[in-house]
Amino acid sequence: MLVLYLANSALDSPVTAWARYDGAGKVRHQAGGDEEPPYATGLAALQDGWRLIQASPLINHNSGDEFRTGYFKYEFFFEKLVSEENDRLE
Amino acid sequence: MPTNKLSTHDMAIFASRGFVRLDAVVPTSLNDQFLEELERTFGVREVNGGTTVPAVPAGTEIDQALTSDQTLGQIMRLPRLKGAIESLVGPNSLLDHHFVHVLPPASAIEASGHAANAQHLHQDSTIDVRKSFDIQLFYYPQEITDDMGGTRYLPGSHLRIVNEAAIARYQNVRGQQHVVCPAGTVFLMHHGIWHGGSINRSERTRYLYKIRLNPTVPQVRLWDTTDLTDADSTQLPIFFVRERQDPDSVQNVLTRGEPWFEMDTGRIEFINRIHFWRRLLGDRTFDAHYWVSRLECEPSIGE
Repeated sequence: MLVLYLANSALDSPVTAWARYDGAGKVRHQAGGDEEPPYATGLAALQDGWRLIQASPLINHNSGDEFRTGYFKYEFFFEKLVSEENDRLE
Repeated sequence: MPTNKLSTHDMAIFASRGFVRLDAVVPTSLNDQFLEELERTFGVREVNGGTTVPAVPAGTEIDQALTSDQTLGQIMRLPRLKGAIESLVGPNSLLDHHFVHVLPPASAIEASGHAANAQHLHQDSTIDVRKSFDIQLFYYPQEITDDMGGTRYLPGSHLRIVNEAAIARYQNVRGQQHVVCPAGTVFLMHHGIWHGGSINRSERTRYLYKIRLNPTVPQVRLWDTTDLTDADSTQLPIFFVRERQDPDSVQNVLTRGEPWFEMDTGRIEFINRIHFWRRLLGDRTFDAHYWVSRLECEPSIGE
């Protein structure tokens, strides 16, 4: 799984934060382990074969809460299926 | 008159980025003394044993909590450190809690059959919507090299209202920092800073003493304000500026983005910093580059 946080709601906007989880169990990605994101934008991840499976909706601002900041707003979940055979080919 | 208080620029950095860093503020003799006590204490697994890190009831005034006959008490009374603390939370602050984080080398953890993992990103305590703020001192008594897994922290995250480890999914964030510092360095962090421990890939155990302090006085103009000028509060042209602006002016520091800022909420961060600075200054009219004045410009229709 690849989770990208973008600078705005457009998939081709820059990556500001990211997380990776390897369900194949080959790599344990650690918090704080990377200094540079794996892709510059969400679109670049699509072009590399990642499939977008979830995107944050745009939510209206609650009255009285318009200026509160908290969690990152533009979260995109991607998946990529790998096989043992492909791993060997690579 | 010389002062050990923080300057206006230091405070603007704190308001903007959420921390002040004092490199090697603790002298070698006290670092060595504290380290020797820690190694003696934690080497025999007597957590909080002895007088090195005394068990103190939460809410005890700092001067009573850490007395001058203790190494930690001597450290907290160092004039420069005390001046910085009092610039942020004033005199007679309260010890909320303190703790020693002991991080053995990853090789030692793995040799004992456990996995060496980095700590998830988190904000301490829980949801906190106060206008006042606590500080947390991160004191590193030994030199922290880049392979020792120094604390990871995210500058500018302190004003975000989140709930502890709810942010754990954010594995990496543009602009995240890892503490690398000389021995005796103290970070004074706003309680809201997002942070986490990293993996110690060196062969030395890493120690971090962390103490949280609550204010007992309004946090208004507690720093050395002698360098504060009217220019810091004067509205300036937004575009077509002909005169070179000081990049370190209060207004520019408060409206300097971080690499992780989203395009829209980055502007909200500026606005929240301006409100934070208004409280620190005790001046409800302060603004930086017109961000808040514009939103307050609502002429009355004489109802």
